[in-house]
Amino acid sequence: MDLNMNLNAPHSMGTTIIGVTYNGGVILGADSRTSTGMYVANRASDKITQLTDNVYVCRSGSAADSQIVSDYVRYFLHQHTIQLGQPATVKVAANLIRLLSYNNKNMLETGLIVGGWDKYEGGKIYGIPLGGTLIEQPFAIGGSGSSYLYGFFDQAWKEGMTKNEAEQLVVKAVSLAIARDGASGGVVRTVIINSEGVTRNFYPGDKLPLWHEELEPQNSLLDVLNTSSPEPMNI
Amino acid sequence: MNCMDSKQPETGLLGPESDSQRTLYPYVTGTSVVALKYKDGILMAADMGGSYGSTLRYKSVERMKPIGKHSLLGASGEISDFQEILRYLDELILYDNMWDDGNSLGPKEVHNYLTRVMYNRRNKFNPLWNSLVLGGVKNGQTYLGMVSMIGVNFEDNHVATGFGNHLARPILRQEWHENLSFEEGVKLLEKCMRVLLYRDRSAVNKLQIAKITEEGVTISQPYSLKTHWEFSAFQNPTQGAVGSW
Repeated sequence: MDLNMNLNAPHSMGTTIIGVTYNGGVILGADSRTSTGMYVANRASDKITQLTDNVYVCRSGSAADSQIVSDYVRYFLHQHTIQLGQPATVKVAANLIRLLSYNNKNMLETGLIVGGWDKYEGGKIYGIPLGGTLIEQPFAIGGSGSSYLYGFFDQAWKEGMTKNEAEQLVVKAVSLAIARDGASGGVVRTVIINSEGVTRNFYPGDKLPLWHEELEPQNSLLDVLNTSSPEPMNI
Repeated sequence: MNCMDSKQPETGLLGPESDSQRTLYPYVTGTSVVALKYKDGILMAADMGGSYGSTLRYKSVERMKPIGKHSLLGASGEISDFQEILRYLDELILYDNMWDDGNSLGPKEVHNYLTRVMYNRRNKFNPLWNSLVLGGVKNGQTYLGMVSMIGVNFEDNHVATGFGNHLARPILRQEWHENLSFEEGVKLLEKCMRVLLYRDRSAVNKLQIAKITEEGVTISQPYSLKTHWEFSAFQNPTQGAVGSW
């Protein structure tokens, strides 16, 4: 009879997702690996999903669960925007996600980071981990890859960064997590949201910095051999 | 997508988990809350940690909130359930205010309401995974009570949840007395919180102390406690017994 209620260990959620506020808005970042067990089902997925023009969500955990929650919230927010007559606030979007996550906590396995910009509060990030707790934070990290980033952010995070500083921080962080987390990989996608609008950026895997014990990628061994002992040039 | 093996299997006595709404295990949890009665009302302390398993994930979680005009609620356990309880209480206080009859719910009433909510959820095998501490002052009467996730409730001069039961209670039993001054109360709570910081793995060194009196509720800004490590025995722990661990 298995009464093993492991009250201490949350289960890993394949992915690295990050949301960071800066002095004009927010930056959302994620890796692009979707895995089915050990197989990488999609190496270029887009985990940063649009909810409204000004609010996006980073998805981690079960792909199905996070997709369905996003779809429902996008649907509700659409109606809410029509009724309200103006863009929905980030707080409303986050609370809708929370409602679904909390009320279905036994069935869902998804951790989400909601980020956006509205005219009342500016840039805001809300973390909604397993269980449906809603927590507003200056920055949030999630997914299995985030385990490797707690120390990094404790040291590298600063209040009031510029847009470029913040984006570089996000890209560096996702890249570090990818280096160590088997469930994270592929490219780094970022989404910048501020009063001016939304910008999507793409950092392919081969353009990311190299970390400890990683080597510069080559086309072939033959190139390596040639550079170390070059053939004499024939004129 | 990824391994679902960490979800509870559909074996054993609990039945298929997708059937019903039941909180089986907590995810983001708060640790101890300690509270005591003093001369002017209640003092309550809680750290600002939200643990995710063994990770100290969130360090700015407010686990004490004012309820209406006369009460203060502190919670340990699952934070999402605490947030839901705050919503229930919001509604309760709103309806109470809407009567506009000059009456307002006091701590005894709020405590009773919470007890009913917690006990009923327990009966449905779907508990709110919290231990709640409810303190307040109304018409000069100081009240301090506790409700657990299974609906056990009682009042006392000093209460503690979680690890605080084991570490803080003995200190309070020894050193609490009637008519503590504010300073004595704060020092006593801090003594308890420091011990919890040393000995509770899920404690975080960032806490708030809340006070409720006839005048109202004040929750302090977050602050950290100094800890003491400069003991000669700590420097060389095996000096007195060479070869030991």
